[in-house]
Amino acid sequence: MGAYNWDFLIVFQNLDVLAKGLLLTFKIAASSLVTGLIIGLVLGGMRLSKKKLLSFPAAVFVEIFRNTPALVQIMWFFYALPILLNLQVSPFMAAFLSLTMNNAAFSAEIYKAGINSIEKGQWEAGKALGMNFLKLMQRVILPQAIKRTIPAFTNRSVELTRMTSLASTIAYGELMYQGRLLSEYLYRPIEIFTTVALIYFIILYTGTIFSGLLEKRLSRSD
Amino acid sequence: MESVLRIEGLHKSFDDLHVLKGIDLNIEKGDIVAIIGSSGSGKSTLLRCINFLEMPSKGRIYFKNKLIGNEIKKKNRKPQIKYKESQLCKVRTHIGMVFQQFNLFPHMTAIENVMEGLKSVLKIDKSTAKKKAKEKLEMVGMMEKADIYPSRLSGGQQQRVAIARSLAMDPEVMLFDEATSALDPELVGEVLKTMEDLSSTGMTMLIVTHEIEFAYTVSNHVIFIHEGIIHEQGTPKEIFSNPKRQRTKEFLAGFRHFEN
Repeated sequence: MGAYNWDFLIVFQNLDVLAKGLLLTFKIAASSLVTGLIIGLVLGGMRLSKKKLLSFPAAVFVEIFRNTPALVQIMWFFYALPILLNLQVSPFMAAFLSLTMNNAAFSAEIYKAGINSIEKGQWEAGKALGMNFLKLMQRVILPQAIKRTIPAFTNRSVELTRMTSLASTIAYGELMYQGRLLSEYLYRPIEIFTTVALIYFIILYTGTIFSGLLEKRLSRSD
Repeated sequence: MESVLRIEGLHKSFDDLHVLKGIDLNIEKGDIVAIIGSSGSGKSTLLRCINFLEMPSKGRIYFKNKLIGNEIKKKNRKPQIKYKESQLCKVRTHIGMVFQQFNLFPHMTAIENVMEGLKSVLKIDKSTAKKKAKEKLEMVGMMEKADIYPSRLSGGQQQRVAIARSLAMDPEVMLFDEATSALDPELVGEVLKTMEDLSSTGMTMLIVTHEIEFAYTVSNHVIFIHEGIIHEQGTPKEIFSNPKRQRTKEFLAGFRHFEN
């Protein structure tokens, strides 16, 4: 144990490499979070539809992405999609598409549960005022459903941020990938991955605490 | 008199359960109709069919002498009525509905609840909507609570705000679906008072209720529904003082026990 000579100084001297990776981690996490939330809302709406033509495809989509590992999804979008569509897919695009779809699938289920949790009387009150479906959703159902699902969505974004490290496997230059590069270059994997882990911990733990506080606050206003 | 609502041969089934078995009814402007009957008789379903929260299985509903929906005639088939969502939305703006469970929007204050339909359905600008909402809140005696959220209001107060919310749309007719049944006994009076005040303004009202005394004093027409049909109808005096049919007598006898 004592034989190992820890040297964090060399890591700190190359911190800019990791910082660059962290920036790309935020980029992929934020972009696939926002896009996934929007697509997820549409999918969730389709899932709730009484029309089989809408609900069935959405259900298939959701189940595929919920029941395959995210790593496999990333690999598939990077290696299989270019051949199927006969076009170039950059590591960012592959990671973005797979994480977005993955996030959309899980978000769809959260939306669905949130919308289902709104009492029937709320729908009827809106209808009785003459609201059409879209107005009803926008003014009555979603504001209440989203409030109830915010804790689930903050958990989702923590989960998604953690998942972005998988994008390192297709050479997308996010934090994990930069860490791997650096460790090959400096031969200091122990210090480097300790630092990488610490950075992830700080971001994700902050997110978790934030989510807990939000949950407490929301439950208080009820 | 001018007909506001006319119902012809209305049927409603839920799967195998035949709830309404042919209702005919004409409501004229200014009518105050009390609908009474035991639980499960179909009186709430009738009300909910009138503003299409339930879709009629058969029959026609006319609003101001105009058929709601489009009648489709095919050769050798009975004519069918198709309803378009946009048309139903439009009709509903003219028909106010007050629910047993109030159903206020919990994420909006009292006044925001009243303004909501004005703003998002009738597209009235915010300041005009606010002015109108204040007027209606004043009318139901809830102006001091304008900025309070529903969760901080009593049941009776919530129901009065719900009445103001419907009134703000300037409906041609108001439907009350057991508006006081979910209230604690001491809160029933304030809501009945509000409804009584409303009746004196000339508003056309359809009231499903278990408050027999209220029906007696406020309505000008009483309908007793039994097993999905109008079993007996008439003026309050005819129905309450001198019911003709056996089932009506039995139903009313259940209430008589509590009178002096």
